[in-house]
Amino acid sequence: MSILVYTETENGKFKKASFEVASYAKAIADQTGGSVTAVAFNAANPQELEKYGVNKVLHVENEKLQKFNADAYAQVITEATKQETASIIVVSQSANAKYLAPLLAVNLEAGYASNVVEVPNTEDAFTVKRTAFTNKAFNETAINTSTKIIGLSTNSFGVHESETSAEIISFEGAVTDENFKINVESVDKNTDKVSIADAEVVISGGRGLKGPENWHLIEDLAETLNAATACSKPVSDMGWRPHGEHVGQTGKPVATNLYIAIGISGAIQHLAGISASKTKVVINNDPEAPFFKAADYGIVGDAFEVIPKLTEKLKEFKANNA
Amino acid sequence: MKILVCISHVPDTTSKINFTENDTKFDTNGVQFIINPNDEFGLTRAMWFKEKQGATVDVATVGLKDTEPTIRKTLAIGADNAIRIDTAPIDGYQVAKELAKVAKDGEYDLIIAGRESIDYNGGMVPGMLAKMLGYGFINTCVSLEIDGNTATAVREIDGGKETSKTELPLVIGGQKGLVEESDLKIPNMRGIMMARKKPLNVVEPIGNEVSTEAKKFTKPAPKGEVKLVDAENIDELINLLHNEAKAI
Repeated sequence: MSILVYTETENGKFKKASFEVASYAKAIADQTGGSVTAVAFNAANPQELEKYGVNKVLHVENEKLQKFNADAYAQVITEATKQETASIIVVSQSANAKYLAPLLAVNLEAGYASNVVEVPNTEDAFTVKRTAFTNKAFNETAINTSTKIIGLSTNSFGVHESETSAEIISFEGAVTDENFKINVESVDKNTDKVSIADAEVVISGGRGLKGPENWHLIEDLAETLNAATACSKPVSDMGWRPHGEHVGQTGKPVATNLYIAIGISGAIQHLAGISASKTKVVINNDPEAPFFKAADYGIVGDAFEVIPKLTEKLKEFKANNA
Repeated sequence: MKILVCISHVPDTTSKINFTENDTKFDTNGVQFIINPNDEFGLTRAMWFKEKQGATVDVATVGLKDTEPTIRKTLAIGADNAIRIDTAPIDGYQVAKELAKVAKDGEYDLIIAGRESIDYNGGMVPGMLAKMLGYGFINTCVSLEIDGNTATAVREIDGGKETSKTELPLVIGGQKGLVEESDLKIPNMRGIMMARKKPLNVVEPIGNEVSTEAKKFTKPAPKGEVKLVDAENIDELINLLHNEAKAI
């Protein structure tokens, strides 16, 4: 039996989430037997995947598939699944993976469980644990179909090395014009800044920052930690920051290693959206702010005094621990 | 242009989440239900197409009779017709299949569904629906313009935005950005009165084919107390983050 993983690349480099899905598939293979096959598009170094337990890489270098296209990529993964007679497919929960997985599920008539946080239970029925109600609960979901798709939540399983040797096979993947109904005209991406989805650390600002002109404090701190910047819903609603930075129930989910919330009181919708983060720090001048109940560490204090000091101290720390 | 907006009936964002029947069912006791926020952004954008471009807007929901107050609210906001597919939603595949039937029968040019519902967060229905219909699909859509038969859409990607062009028919996975929070409409008395007279058609489901099933719910373990650090003692915070949390 083969377990297939979609290992996403960006400018030829594998995303960290790709190593995570590979590690996760390897753990399933250890449990159920079988091998791990990765589908990679235009990877500079497909061999890299063997560090994470991948036995075979189907490497797609089709000229037409240089740029991500959800339907065409789903078609290629469909072909690969059939060729490998894979019964489990694992994808990450990046924007692109979430885009293509439902298309893949229909192509393969496969049951799809998203936001999965643990290795499946394969003893009785095939069940996975996934988050529901925006992290306010977990749900055990049975996947009843013979082919199963798992969307693995970012940072829920982690990256685990498991050295093996991988065979690299060039894979064509038969795509047709039908798969290119959507024509991408332009991509506007902030390449010198880490995205919220990929960041290890996210620094998030709320109304307590008093205005967009004060965001340099957040940005300086973020730069020190190579962090992404985010904001609360009121901040994006007031237009202080772009919508893309809004995290919470109706914004982006955050499942990062370290989440630092500054001047955010912690509305239930915000907390739900960020609660999958491992360590949460809150800085707020109101000791009654609900965020203190959700955080691991907290400082009661004035953001305008605390942030510059924290930035400076972190710079020293980084210099000493480089 | 004929638009179909798919509506999910979900617990209000501030609801306490509890379970019943041995943790197998969501406890609806005392819970206020609302239009799924991601769907409401889509519905409001559809209203704009109705006002500015003369579109007709239908809404469809897969759900039992208890979803009707939510459906009536979409009519009060301004949708023209509502369709309720009379079955309990079990998984994304089943919901998409039921919606696909309604969408096909209605020959819609544009179908808008929220990128995910805020209860099960599956994020499946819009994509599955598009694939079942053989229509183009754009997910996490934050801007949509229609000119004749051509759509220009902006999609949110990790760390940026992507602009694309496509032809109708099209399915959109919508979210905030399609319209602003301040554009959302609170139904006025006239809208509410008119909504009572608008058609709410109940149709039979085509089947109950599910591929996944929610078996049991659990809640996250209660969190330990926050460790407070004095604002004058930043070194202590850095020490905790480094040595205890291993986060930096």
